[in-house]
Amino acid sequence: MIKLSSLSKHFGETVVLDEIDLAIEEGEIVVIIGPSGTGKSTLLRCINFLEQPTAGTMTVGDLTVDVNRASRADILSMRRRTAFVFQNYALFANKTALQNIAERLLVVDKWPKEKAYQRAREILDQIGLADKADAYPASMSGGQQQRVGIGRAMAAGADVILFDEPTSSLDPEWVEEVLGLMKQLASERQTMMVVTHEMSFARDVADRVIFIDGGHIVEQGPPGDIFHNPKDPRTKAFLKKILATSPV
Amino acid sequence: MDVLNVEYMLGLVPVLLRYLPLTLQLAGIGMVLALILACLFAVVRVLRIPVLNQLTIVFISFFRGTPLLVQLFLFYYGLPQLFSALTVIDGITATIMGLTMHFSAYMAESIRAAIVGVDRSQTEAALSIGMTNGQLMRRVVLPQATRVALPTLMNYFIDMIKATSLAFTLGVTELMGATQKEAAGSFLYFEAFIVAAIMYWIVVELLSKLQNYLETRLNKAYNR
Ligand SMILES: Nc1ncnc2c1ncn2[C@@H]1O[C@H](COP(=O)(O)OP(=O)(O)OP(=O)(O)O)[C@@H](O)[C@H]1O
Ligand SMILES: [Mg+2]
Repeated sequence: MIKLSSLSKHFGETVVLDEIDLAIEEGEIVVIIGPSGTGKSTLLRCINFLEQPTAGTMTVGDLTVDVNRASRADILSMRRRTAFVFQNYALFANKTALQNIAERLLVVDKWPKEKAYQRAREILDQIGLADKADAYPASMSGGQQQRVGIGRAMAAGADVILFDEPTSSLDPEWVEEVLGLMKQLASERQTMMVVTHEMSFARDVADRVIFIDGGHIVEQGPPGDIFHNPKDPRTKAFLKKILATSPV
Repeated sequence: MDVLNVEYMLGLVPVLLRYLPLTLQLAGIGMVLALILACLFAVVRVLRIPVLNQLTIVFISFFRGTPLLVQLFLFYYGLPQLFSALTVIDGITATIMGLTMHFSAYMAESIRAAIVGVDRSQTEAALSIGMTNGQLMRRVVLPQATRVALPTLMNYFIDMIKATSLAFTLGVTELMGATQKEAAGSFLYFEAFIVAAIMYWIVVELLSKLQNYLETRLNKAYNR
C-alpha cells in the first residue's frame, strides 16, 4: 500500500536519504527511530512532498510517481493521500479548532459546508475536544493543539498519517493524552508512520520498528526483536543510550 | 490680542465643508490604488521575481527617499514636458499619481514584512493537506498578514489624508486650497485655518475609531 523504491534525498553534496526501499501494509503501525540528523524527518517530508526527493519512486494507494517526473497534479494528489502531524502542531492561527479540521474538506475536497462541519464535529468528538470547537489555537494547551493537529490529519481520510515527533514539543503533562489518541487510532488500524523517541509507545503499539542511521535503514523488525535482540552494533549503541533516558 | 471672530468661523464651516468631499476622494482613490500597487510590489519582493524585484527595489527607494512635494511637482510640471501629448496634466490627476506612488512605496514594505512574518510551519501545514499556493495565500497567509499590517496601513491612510493638503500647491481647490482662498479674502487667517485644522482632526479621529474597531475584531483569534 506504501512502497518506496530507491528513494534518495540530497541537500547539495550531503546525502540525507540513500536509496531507501520500504514497503508498508495497509493498517500497519511503523515506528521510526534513530539518532538526530539521520534523515527521519526528511523521509516523512519526502513522502508528503514537503521536500522534493532527489530520485526514486513512491507508491501510496493506487498512485505511483517517479519523483523526478511528478507533475504539479501528482504532487497535490500525493499530498492528499498522506497526512502530516507536525512537532510544533502548526495549526492555522486564524482558524478555530473546528475550522482547522474542516479546512481540508472545504478547500481541498470541496465538500459542501454543512457536510464538512458535520464531519469535523464527529472528529472533534473522537479526539475528545467537542467543547473546544470554537476555541482558537492561542487559547488551547499544547496537548489540545496537538490533538487538533491529529484531528486535521484524520479529516484528510488519508492512506497514511505521518507523525514527526508529535510529543517532543509538549510539556510532560500533555504527552499521555496525545499518545493515548495515537493508540486509539492505531487500534482502529489507521496506517501510521511515527518518528518518536517514546520507546514505550514503540513497544506497545508498533507492528514494526525501523532503525535509521546515516540515511540507511540499518535494521527493522517487531519491537520485541529490535529492543531485546538488536543485531547491528549501531542499533545496540543507539538503544543503550536512549533506553537509559527513556526505559521501555 | 484681538478676540476670535467666532461668527466668521461658524459661517465658514458650511463653506469649507463643500470641499471636504474632494479631499476625501483624493485620499480614498489614492489609498485604493496605493494598496493595489503595494500588494503587487510585496508579492514581487516576497517571491523575488527576477528583474521586477530589482526594479521594485529602486522604485521603492526613490519614492521613500524624496519629498512628496518634489514628487508632486515632478508629475505636474515634469510629465507634460516629457510627453508632449500631455500638454497639461490636471492637478487632481497629478496629486492622485503622487500620493499613490509615494504611499505604495511605504505600504509595500509593511505588507511584505507582514507576509514574511506568517509562521512558516503553517504554510507547510497548508501544503501538507494538499492546498495550492493560491489557496494557501488566500486562506492562511493573507488573513494573518492583514491583521499584522492593518495598524500601519491605517496610519498611512491617515498620513495620506493630511498629505492631500499639498494638492493646493498644484492649484487644486480642496479643503486646504479653499481655506487659503477664504482667508486671503477676509484676512482672518487664524480663524480660517483653525476651522480647517479642526475638520482634518475630526476626520482623523473618526478613522482612528474605525481602526480600533477593526483591530479588536481581527485580534479575536489571538487572545487567550
Ligand atoms: N533544508 C535543508 N537544507 C540542508 N540540509 C538539510 C535541510 N533539512 C535537513 N537537512 C540536513 O539533513 C539531515 C537530516 O535531517 P532530518 O531533519 O531529516 O534529521 P532527523 O533524523 O529528523 O533529526 P532529528 O532527530 O534531530 O529531528 C541533517 O544533517 C540536516 O542538517
Ligand atoms: Mg526530525
